[in-house]
Amino acid sequence: MADLKDQTGYIGSRVEQSTRELAELTDREYKYGWVTPVEQDTVEPGLNEDVIRLISAKKEEPSWLLDWRLKAYRHWLTMTEPRWANVTYPPIDYQAQRYYAAPKKRPQKPGSLEEVDKELLKTFEKLGIPLEEQKRLAGVAVDAVFDSVSVATTHQDILARKGIIFCSFSEAVKKHPDLVKEFLGSVVPYTDNFFAALNSAVFSDGSFCYIPKGVKCPMDLSTYFRINAAETGQFERTLIIADEGAQVNYLEGCTAPIRDENQLHAAVVELIALEGARINYATVQNWYSGDQFGRGGIYNFVTKRGICKGAGSHISWTQVETGSAITWKYPGCILQGDDSVGEFYSVALSTKRQQADTGTKMIHLGKNTRSTIISKTISAREGNNSYRGLVQIMPKASNSRNYTQCDSLLIGNKCGAHTFPYIDVRNMTSRVEHEASTSKISEEQLFYCKQRGIGPEDAISLVVNGFCKEVFEHLPMEFAVEASRLLNVSLEGSVG
Amino acid sequence: MLEIRNLHAEVEGNEILKGVDLTVRAGEVHAVMGPNGSGKSTLSQVLAGNEQYEVTEGQVRFLGRDLLELPAEERARLGLFLAFQYPVEIPGITNSYFLQAALNEIRKSNGLEELDAVDFRKLLEEKMDLVAVDHSFAERPVNDGFSGGEKKRNEILQLAVLEPRLAILDETDSGLDIDALRIVAEGVNRLRTSERAFIVVTHYQRLLEYIVPDYVHVLYKGSIVKSGGKELARELEARGYDWLKEKSAVS
Ligand SMILES: Nc1ncnc2c1ncn2[C@@H]1O[C@H](COP(=O)(O)OP(=O)(O)OP(=O)(O)O)[C@@H](O)[C@H]1O
Ligand SMILES: [Mg+2]
Repeated sequence: MADLKDQTGYIGSRVEQSTRELAELTDREYKYGWVTPVEQDTVEPGLNEDVIRLISAKKEEPSWLLDWRLKAYRHWLTMTEPRWANVTYPPIDYQAQRYYAAPKKRPQKPGSLEEVDKELLKTFEKLGIPLEEQKRLAGVAVDAVFDSVSVATTHQDILARKGIIFCSFSEAVKKHPDLVKEFLGSVVPYTDNFFAALNSAVFSDGSFCYIPKGVKCPMDLSTYFRINAAETGQFERTLIIADEGAQVNYLEGCTAPIRDENQLHAAVVELIALEGARINYATVQNWYSGDQFGRGGIYNFVTKRGICKGAGSHISWTQVETGSAITWKYPGCILQGDDSVGEFYSVALSTKRQQADTGTKMIHLGKNTRSTIISKTISAREGNNSYRGLVQIMPKASNSRNYTQCDSLLIGNKCGAHTFPYIDVRNMTSRVEHEASTSKISEEQLFYCKQRGIGPEDAISLVVNGFCKEVFEHLPMEFAVEASRLLNVSLEGSVG
Repeated sequence: MLEIRNLHAEVEGNEILKGVDLTVRAGEVHAVMGPNGSGKSTLSQVLAGNEQYEVTEGQVRFLGRDLLELPAEERARLGLFLAFQYPVEIPGITNSYFLQAALNEIRKSNGLEELDAVDFRKLLEEKMDLVAVDHSFAERPVNDGFSGGEKKRNEILQLAVLEPRLAILDETDSGLDIDALRIVAEGVNRLRTSERAFIVVTHYQRLLEYIVPDYVHVLYKGSIVKSGGKELARELEARGYDWLKEKSAVS
């Protein structure tokens, strides 16, 4: 994404709603804002080669991986933090951050929960993700990541019978080094951007998933990320490989405690779809967003990218971004295989002082490749929301198609919405369509709802949910319900 | 049931209603007619609680309550329904979802149990049959992609589901074809009870042949200049409004 600032064809718009003054209202409680008291194994704040060696040693990594981290680190030193996004924040002191924090009592061998700190199990249970055998969720396998490490991964046994590997990244490095070595950094190289380089140097844990040829994953896979420790960044790394004809639905959720300081979250997610494979990746992002004065909250600087490597492969990103103080995130698809399909469905909500600069990148390389982008942004109170997306059709991508639709909804008169589309078409047989709209929430719609007996806050949430419908349709049922609930909670108090 | 006394209202500083008086009792049907721009929709919107309009003088009592003190949703929950002249589209929300939410809000505030999806569905299907709309209406987004006539019929469906005490129909007949007009009127007639009152705003005598009113009022330049029985509508159809204009200038 870093290269986008140099592109031409920049369209910016700030639209302000002026019809209605919004009342300053009390901040709604963030349901997930508590801190778990656990004994921590941490490294001292600061970043240098020794810290990286220490992280790598703690994880008992092979030397090739340490070398890769060090190369990434040395490259990172030559880079500068990107400032082209439409967000503002004070300089980040990378030496003041801690790059590793792990609960002391955690399973030494994967799959056993006996040695796990009971507080950790309680934490995930409170988050709605029970990990113990008898309580765990039936239809979905969960990898639970707490600060820098994975605590447990459920249902591994059932999945293993189909040859599916679903484990923490650290475990994958130990048990499936060849797969990791082949694909790590193959979609997001450490040179990609500043935050990807930083992640490559210090990444701690995350999920790894491999679906073998022809296998349709029998249950949804999911990773739940929890930040707990203070002054610590979370740098997770997820790698999903769907072999020829394989299919998988992947869900990602995340929360963090309420703190007055900002915390850094710089993740990398890489997806690889081989011939005929399909990956659906859904995120409901609910990191702590900071308070109404802009204090605290997560800086969510994330690089997510998938490659449709094989012919007829299909990657679909669906994201609902309701949390974080700042979101900087552009899940994209490289459509390399002929006839491959990339999709991006996004809802981003910015309220209070939240800032989101998010969108996608669709790079068409193969023939007859198709991509669809549906972006819905909602800005309320003093939130600021930007859609930024690149559609690039390369010379060999004959007969390719893109359809982009960006809709912005404004609630109140202090929020902002912006659209930055970048379109680069180098093949004359291809077609790119872009539609954009910005509107304020309509008084007529709200009055119509009220005339039918629906209260003002429910009226707003009804209209907003309707606005997001095309995106929510792409989420699994429970996620759609959760997404809708999060929107409603975030929007409470935005009516004047 | 409804008592309007000397109601004045303005929008953006222009006075539109200039002293409206009207009394509606349970079971009655009142037709309100009058030239374009005379304030018929304004009256409807003011009664429904649209905050765009500012009431500057007068009182309105509805079922023993001071109507003007209540926000729009409270008025609706009390049993006041407005079929809009221009129904609003809510993309992405199905009629069925919308109406279930609305009905349950109204039931809740009247101390009734909320209906679950199954019971609501049954009710909705009955009402769709009652007002003769296609069952596909249920899963279509509220008024989104509806034709003009379909929107009006959808308003009548909502009326049937929400069972208000007082229903104001603002030009529900405009834009309906002849068959639809008859169907809508039959729907309304089925909903006529001794408990329920209607205010029917219309330009056409034709509707009033189907929905026979107890009273007809002429709203002209923001006040009611003439009231009478159903024969007044026929007279207006024949003579227009000019004779009333002269009359109101004299009086
Ligand atoms: N929201 C508004 N803003 C500005 N002027 C308004 C507004 N609503 C109504 N008016 C004005 O008030 C007057 C009365 O309008 P209203 O819609 O009540 O008339 P009506 O009797 O319903 O007319 P019609 O028969 O054409 O529906 C008109 O001059 C109209 O322009
Ligand atoms: Mg009118």
